[in-house]
Amino acid sequence: MTRKFYINTALLILTILAPFIFPVWKTQLATLWLFIIVALTWDMTGGQMGYNSLGNIFFYGTGMYVCAIIAIGMYFPFGEWTDASRSETWKFTDSQYFTGLILGSLGAGVFCALCAYILGGLFFGLRGPYFAIGTLGLAIATGEIVSNIDWLGGGQGVSMPIYNGDFETFKNIIYYLFAGLGVSLFIFLNWFYKTRFGAAINAIRDDEEKAEAMGIHTLRYKLITWSISAFFIGVAGAISAFQLIHFEPLETAYQTINLGIFMVVCVLLGGKGTLWGPVIGAFMFHVFKEVTWNYFLGWQWVALGALIVVIVVFFQDGLMGYLQTRFPEWFGIKVVDKDEKEIIAEPAE
Amino acid sequence: MDEILFNIRLLLDFPIVNLKIIIDGIMIGALFALAAYGLALVWGVMNVKNLAQGDFVIAGGYVAYSLNQVGIYPLLGVPLAFVIMWGIGWVIYKTIITRVIERDLFTSLLATFGLAIMMAQIMNLIFGSDTQSVDLGLPTWFLGPSGIIDLPAAKVIGVAMATVLAIAVVIFMKHSRMGQAIRATAQDSRAARVMGIDTEKVYAFTFSLNAAICGAAGAIIVMIWVIQPFYGITYSVRAFVVVTAAGIGNLPGVIAAGLGIGAAEQYGGHIFGIGYQQAIAVVLLLIVLFVRLMQQRRIRQVLK
Repeated sequence: MTRKFYINTALLILTILAPFIFPVWKTQLATLWLFIIVALTWDMTGGQMGYNSLGNIFFYGTGMYVCAIIAIGMYFPFGEWTDASRSETWKFTDSQYFTGLILGSLGAGVFCALCAYILGGLFFGLRGPYFAIGTLGLAIATGEIVSNIDWLGGGQGVSMPIYNGDFETFKNIIYYLFAGLGVSLFIFLNWFYKTRFGAAINAIRDDEEKAEAMGIHTLRYKLITWSISAFFIGVAGAISAFQLIHFEPLETAYQTINLGIFMVVCVLLGGKGTLWGPVIGAFMFHVFKEVTWNYFLGWQWVALGALIVVIVVFFQDGLMGYLQTRFPEWFGIKVVDKDEKEIIAEPAE
Repeated sequence: MDEILFNIRLLLDFPIVNLKIIIDGIMIGALFALAAYGLALVWGVMNVKNLAQGDFVIAGGYVAYSLNQVGIYPLLGVPLAFVIMWGIGWVIYKTIITRVIERDLFTSLLATFGLAIMMAQIMNLIFGSDTQSVDLGLPTWFLGPSGIIDLPAAKVIGVAMATVLAIAVVIFMKHSRMGQAIRATAQDSRAARVMGIDTEKVYAFTFSLNAAICGAAGAIIVMIWVIQPFYGITYSVRAFVVVTAAGIGNLPGVIAAGLGIGAAEQYGGHIFGIGYQQAIAVVLLLIVLFVRLMQQRRIRQVLK
């Protein structure tokens, strides 16, 4: 118990000090937190509940747009802001910028949670691969439709307000927003998976019909879980919108084959249905991505496709899954032989 | 909104425009039907949902394109693309697909998604991201009053070739020994194995056949439209719409749905503007999924 406490405290201190220890890597570290957030939220439905969504990126993109509409719409007419022929420049004061950032992010999260709650009623009727295809279709369709709406900036996208202060401070703000969101999500999930609610969604994953027969109102559990995960992705999308300053619908907001598939790969790499799996997977994937994007430029997508195929075909349990079968005692699992006489592995006290 | 109403009024005032749209739709739909039939085959026989379907089509197109670059007559590219894509399909089956058949459904979906990313990018590295096409050098006929319906001879030939290929595949599936084995495996792979069918061979054959059909479709597409490395996903989406709507193992349904989605897309593109064409195909997929869901819900019985 104490060892665990020390490790967690050390990690937390590292998280807080990271931008000062590695000042050059601030943006990369912020992106790492984004990956951790989306991987953890994907694992809520994909790993813990057994609903593999390929369209969670829908909430990311929607979060970006909702945040932009709230943050800009509070002070300026949004339609004129996104008008490409606009000639005058509008500047945000510091107080306007921060109220926009906070209210925009929260609004984006709440809107995405509502979206998930409403859409879930439709989509959770689809099972297995149909759920994956349906949610993928949702993300692609929304991206295509949004890119045709002029009021939302069309295919050009939206330019976000710019922070007036120093650029390094701006990077720090973005890093701490992502890190704060990630840490609170992790603490929340640590508690969430231990509750009865967590047990219920695991039951849905293992056998939905039986769970229903045991008196679990499965649809309600599925809707609430998806809404919570959508809230966090929506907020992450909103922060990304402020980080990127400019975003456009198909490649940044509803980036189905980029981040939309990265989150699944992160989870599979680390191990589905575990708490630490998505975090470790996101870290491993981020390193892999940075290395290939830097040293194999041009071939990076080929490497990514190959990575997906190799993980899915050969290592579907991920790192945590591998460790769990190899060293069960690390996870508090006691293994005995079939006569229950000889202890093969036992958790250390 | 006014624009949409204007476009609808145009359709009502000039019925001949409808005819033009339907002809265009059927032509493009015939090729969707071909890709969808390959998908239905693989889905039905080995329960693999191939998200790389569209990339096989585009790969076939690039095979025909590069054959044309070295001086082979474009129409000959269609059978050659069929043969070459057969080989590529066989290699992909032996390296990847054979390992995901017995696994759960999400595995095959994700593995083929990775394959799709890989194929699109390799084609992008080899051929560049420009759109490419092959010119047959054939005339275009103009029909109807004041020549409103344009009918390029290349399109007619392409659709005819697609029809011939579809009929050949159907006859093969009905009457050949291998076709029987494929259908038996689709019905019950375990029983087929007991009866002495080498199901592994059947799987390899089916997947290669699917890649070959897609390749031929792509070789036709490169003659009448354009191809680009990242266009694959559009064909994958349409193939999924068609198969989900028609169901697997329902060939007339697949053809009807393929032609239907072609026409629906052309109408949608006309009414809402060309920018929405991709969105329409995807929205159709969602509608089909939910209509199917409603149908299932009616059958589903609950104890209350």
